[in-house]
Amino acid sequence: MSGYEVVFTLLGVVTVGSAVLVVTTRNVVRAALWLVVTLGAIAGCYLVLTAELVAVVQLLIYVGAVVVLLLFAVMFTRAPIGPATDLDTGNRPVAVLVALATAGLLVVLLVDAFRQAYVTVGSAPPGSAEAVGGAVFRTWVLPFEVVSVLLLAALVGAVVLSRPDIGTAESR
Amino acid sequence: MHLLFPLVLSALLFAVGVYGVLARRNVVLVLMSVELMLNAVNLDLVAFDVWLRDALHAGQSLALFVITIAAAEVGLGLAIVLQVFRQRATVAVDALDELAEPDTLVQGGAPAEPVAVPASAASPVPAGAATGPATGSAESGAPRGSGAERGDAPAGGPAGSP
Repeated sequence: MSGYEVVFTLLGVVTVGSAVLVVTTRNVVRAALWLVVTLGAIAGCYLVLTAELVAVVQLLIYVGAVVVLLLFAVMFTRAPIGPATDLDTGNRPVAVLVALATAGLLVVLLVDAFRQAYVTVGSAPPGSAEAVGGAVFRTWVLPFEVVSVLLLAALVGAVVLSRPDIGTAESR
Repeated sequence: MHLLFPLVLSALLFAVGVYGVLARRNVVLVLMSVELMLNAVNLDLVAFDVWLRDALHAGQSLALFVITIAAAEVGLGLAIVLQVFRQRATVAVDALDELAEPDTLVQGGAPAEPVAVPASAASPVPAGAATGPATGSAESGAPRGSGAERGDAPAGGPAGSP
């Protein structure tokens, strides 16, 4: 195993372990904090794959914004801050079966399809801010604009949804 | 580095997200599991981008777009969860079962009787509901709405109205 593979394996163990804790812990706030660990480890995986800009954006948006929004949701819905016993529905065994089937199917398929595929990390063009930024603003500028309009629409929609004094009389 | 390292990691992460979506009861925890699945897809995109040595960086650009859309999705999801919590005082996904069909869920078969009973029971209810609360809400809702607008105008005017 090369150095890249060792580092990636360690980061992968951290990622999967904390992701399992996100979906199994009995504490809602701790689930959000384990999600921070998961997202940070994935940012480390991006760094190993030389995708620097994606790693930085992952840290900024996911860890900085999305987890804070989720914690806001936890606080606003008055979720139990301490450990709770009713966080899982009754179909947990079925969920375990479906998840194991998904994992088995995907792993078998991917191993069969990409058995001979090797990434030469050192010689690949690095995803620096200059390279990815140039690609986004030259080649992918139309999807970029569409995504910006979508973000604006989501912002307006969230404001309209969360303000009770906006809207028609029938919708209330 | 073998390409299977990021691919297998992403497959396992996706499976963990599937388990979370199926097994969790709190809506916020379901949203967290959806984030895990989106991150698995992002990891795949970046791995294939690096493997193919894409000069246009299509995979990494698409990963950035997915991150942006995930942020928008969480914002809207939070707004919807807050509305549900205001109206129902719960965020448990198995308590929000108004669209379920309890007769067919319980009995599993015999569709003749459960179909006939809601059809006869449901037809008078929308007729009465359409005449009664519609006029009531039109009478009581309009003054309430204008009163709320008038009442909120000094407080919310500088922030909300153009």
